[in-house]
Amino acid sequence: MFEKTLSELAQDLRNGTVSSVELTQAFIDRINRCDSEYNAFITTTPELALQQAKAADESLAAGTGGPFTGLPIAHKDLFCTEGVKTSCGSKMLDNFKSPYDATVVAKFKAAGAVMLGKTNMDEFAMGSTNESSFYGDCKNPWDTSRVPGGSSGGSAAAVAARLTPAATGSDTGGSIRQPAAFCGITGIKPTYGRVSRYGMVAYASSLDQGGPMARSAEDCALMLNVMAGQDAMDSTSSAQPTEDYTASLNHSLQGLKIGVPKEFMSADLDSAMAAQIETAIKQLESLGATIKEVSLPNTRMSIPAYYIIAPAEASSNLSRFDGVRYGYRCEEPKDLEDLYKRTRGEGFGSEVKRRIMVGTYALCAGYYDAYYNKAQQIRRLIQQDFMRIFEEVDVIVGPTTPSPAFTIGEKVNDPVAMYMEDIFTLSLNLAGLPGMSVPCGQVNGLPVGLQLIGNYFDEARLLNVAHQYQQNTEWHTLSPVTA
Amino acid sequence: MEWETVIGLEIHVQLATNTKIFSGASTAFGAEPNTQACAVDLALPGTLPVFNDGAQKMAIMFGLAINADIGKRAVFERKNYFYPDLPKGYQTTQLEAPVVGEGFVDIETEAGERRVRIHHAHLEEDAGKSLHEDFHGQSGIDLNRAGTPLVEIVSEPDMRTSKEAAAYARKIHAIVTTLGICDGNMAEGSMRCDCNVSIRPKGSETLGTRTELKNINSFRFIERAIDTEVERQIDLIEDGGTVVQETRLYDPDKNETRSMRSKEDANDYRYFPCPDLLPVVVDDAYVEAIRLTLPELPDARKERFISELGLSEYDAGVLSAYRDQADYFESVVECCGDAKLAANWVMGELAKNLNAADLSIEKSPVSAEQLGGLLVRIKDNTISGNIAKKVFEVQWNEGGTADEVIEAKGLKQVTDTGAIESMIDEVIANASAQVEQYKAAEPEKRGKMLGFFMGQVMKASGGKANPGAVTGILKSKLDALCD
Repeated sequence: MFEKTLSELAQDLRNGTVSSVELTQAFIDRINRCDSEYNAFITTTPELALQQAKAADESLAAGTGGPFTGLPIAHKDLFCTEGVKTSCGSKMLDNFKSPYDATVVAKFKAAGAVMLGKTNMDEFAMGSTNESSFYGDCKNPWDTSRVPGGSSGGSAAAVAARLTPAATGSDTGGSIRQPAAFCGITGIKPTYGRVSRYGMVAYASSLDQGGPMARSAEDCALMLNVMAGQDAMDSTSSAQPTEDYTASLNHSLQGLKIGVPKEFMSADLDSAMAAQIETAIKQLESLGATIKEVSLPNTRMSIPAYYIIAPAEASSNLSRFDGVRYGYRCEEPKDLEDLYKRTRGEGFGSEVKRRIMVGTYALCAGYYDAYYNKAQQIRRLIQQDFMRIFEEVDVIVGPTTPSPAFTIGEKVNDPVAMYMEDIFTLSLNLAGLPGMSVPCGQVNGLPVGLQLIGNYFDEARLLNVAHQYQQNTEWHTLSPVTA
Repeated sequence: MEWETVIGLEIHVQLATNTKIFSGASTAFGAEPNTQACAVDLALPGTLPVFNDGAQKMAIMFGLAINADIGKRAVFERKNYFYPDLPKGYQTTQLEAPVVGEGFVDIETEAGERRVRIHHAHLEEDAGKSLHEDFHGQSGIDLNRAGTPLVEIVSEPDMRTSKEAAAYARKIHAIVTTLGICDGNMAEGSMRCDCNVSIRPKGSETLGTRTELKNINSFRFIERAIDTEVERQIDLIEDGGTVVQETRLYDPDKNETRSMRSKEDANDYRYFPCPDLLPVVVDDAYVEAIRLTLPELPDARKERFISELGLSEYDAGVLSAYRDQADYFESVVECCGDAKLAANWVMGELAKNLNAADLSIEKSPVSAEQLGGLLVRIKDNTISGNIAKKVFEVQWNEGGTADEVIEAKGLKQVTDTGAIESMIDEVIANASAQVEQYKAAEPEKRGKMLGFFMGQVMKASGGKANPGAVTGILKSKLDALCD
């Protein structure tokens, strides 16, 4: 049962082979039994899950269920969930129960999904390792001495360890794709504006985007069908019509034009991994695609640009955590300044503080033009690079990360080395483009992720390419655990 | 030395939208603390702003009323600073690209008409209120006001006296109330004024160091605060000191200004474009459609009152300054057909009663139709002007139409010549001494002596005798005695 995909489980539920309550109970038991090994969950909600499962079984019996009715999932702990702790991986929100549901959460509820719990993450989604979580490291199920990636590390580990068939994630600079690659699962960051950000605690508003993390492209399509769409509560959500993302999964790749950026296949890339990526590209070619080398000359500049824009927005977004209305408040503040300083000093972890300081500095009156404006210019150059390439190709393919999962603690004291890990993922967020990570091999028993990059709102095509690849390969079916 | 004062005003006008600028919460004044603050106003994690189009429309109306360029692409920015009544830790406002560009208004001054240029006007959100009393050393925060839409109107330093500053503020008040975009209630903070004040030797072209007087909420206080501050600055400079650029608070009780914070303490607000809100793009058609809905503005109405209704410049100015008053006045004119009489009554008896009762004109117990009906009865000689005041007093206290009051109180003017003649005969019979004096007087001096007899007859009639008829009959009867 734990090895089944969402799509297979949905079939079983409709056939009556299994009830949602049975399925949910099985996953609850498995989380209770195994999660101490991974620390993938911050909060589990078994009672709520069983209630939702019971309701789902009733609507399945009544024939009123939809494609998602009764399917268990988990939410990254930055999606607000009514009445349930939403910590964002931070001491600052350890005591925070949201009075409302994020749009994504509400949509899954309305679709009849069952919420198993809230997954671990880097504090306020700032990190690539899950090590900045107030709730402790999350472990990579392929090798528990290694990081699962981040910031959606808990979601990736939970899916990989078969603690949930699927989970939501969010991606600001690679936070869905990188942990998906490290944990050997499939994840998609949709086009900026495709999925509502309402109720998703903001890290960097112009880059944040929620998306699905699951075991296959088909499952991601099933989830995106629930998640996508314009939201009156999010002005940056797009009016572009949504589509049935499962509809084109089986289209042939014949004639598909794929671009491979030479900058992505450079010295930054681990050589063993490069071989895996090249094999995957050949596989796509054998499925009918034509391959072309392309160039994204400004890729290198994406790291400095990102690490100005994201902290700048974060420094402002995180100002609301001041100890006045909710969340952590320091003991016995002497006066207002003391309240602010100690609340924020004690409530935030070091990576969050680092980014708030960097962002505050970048926005200061004397430095604004040199940093923030310059970064925005680079952002436009990066976007233009992509637009030029999409005149020639349909999809861009390359690695998701420069190397497989590294060991816990390896980069904790070298933030810049950690930031360099995002080299292949950041530029999509800066451009607002959709991207996926699909398992495409292993190096020393650790998964390798193939990144697929699409044009704006071309999620259906990405899912189609990924699905066709997965129909012809086994990488996505490999499991780190015996369930 | 002779000094010249230079004044520029920043006026905050609360827009009369039903809901807040970025949320659906009500903007009504005076509710229990924090009952009109929703998740967005409280800046709960994950919440996002959605711009209220109504505020945009009102700001454009204002821009058109001051002959300004309307920004085709207005951008909201974040002004970052910490304060407990600022829930997000930033105020969403406009800086580089405001909705209203350069414009102007003309004001009446002792030296004639004067033009005040407006640098720009921008949309922003109001903060909440900090309540420092009744909390035993702690402060209370009321977020009902947080998110109320404001237009901040920034003038050029074009005013030279406190009277001009107050006249400018009155003109802005007249415009926003006429447009119906603000209730104009200064006591409730619907319009608040910051005055930038500096002095320089008369004839000098360079500006002196300015101080900013914060949050002044009456026209009278604008004059007094500026006068007080100018005096302080002159004393300071003439005593060999220098003015420091700072924010000062005007204390109306002590009639003094005192320092709040100096320029050195000023925040670096780290403005940057708000990534949660799209630029507000308007096209010419939209602006022109709004232009068609504009009501007649105070200046135009004043001109019409002079040219069409024959009012004096002064009367026209007073009556056109407030939309409600101007509307009331025009309704009265429509009922009675006599603009001069209507103007005298609206500015006289009605204004006197409204002031005494501290009521605004739209709360007048005597409606425009009722007052118009009363004036009709003066014009058709049913009652005299003096009786009309009595009727008005009854209408004010007890209600009713003029005709009802006249009927009920028996105040109808006596025009029956028979009745008047018999009253006159009685007066003449009882005043033989005065009749002898009249007879003895030179014919040209008799006119003056008529007053005594008039008074007696009016007294005998209880004021109801038609004065014109009395004069005629009295004169002919007395003159007959002289022959």
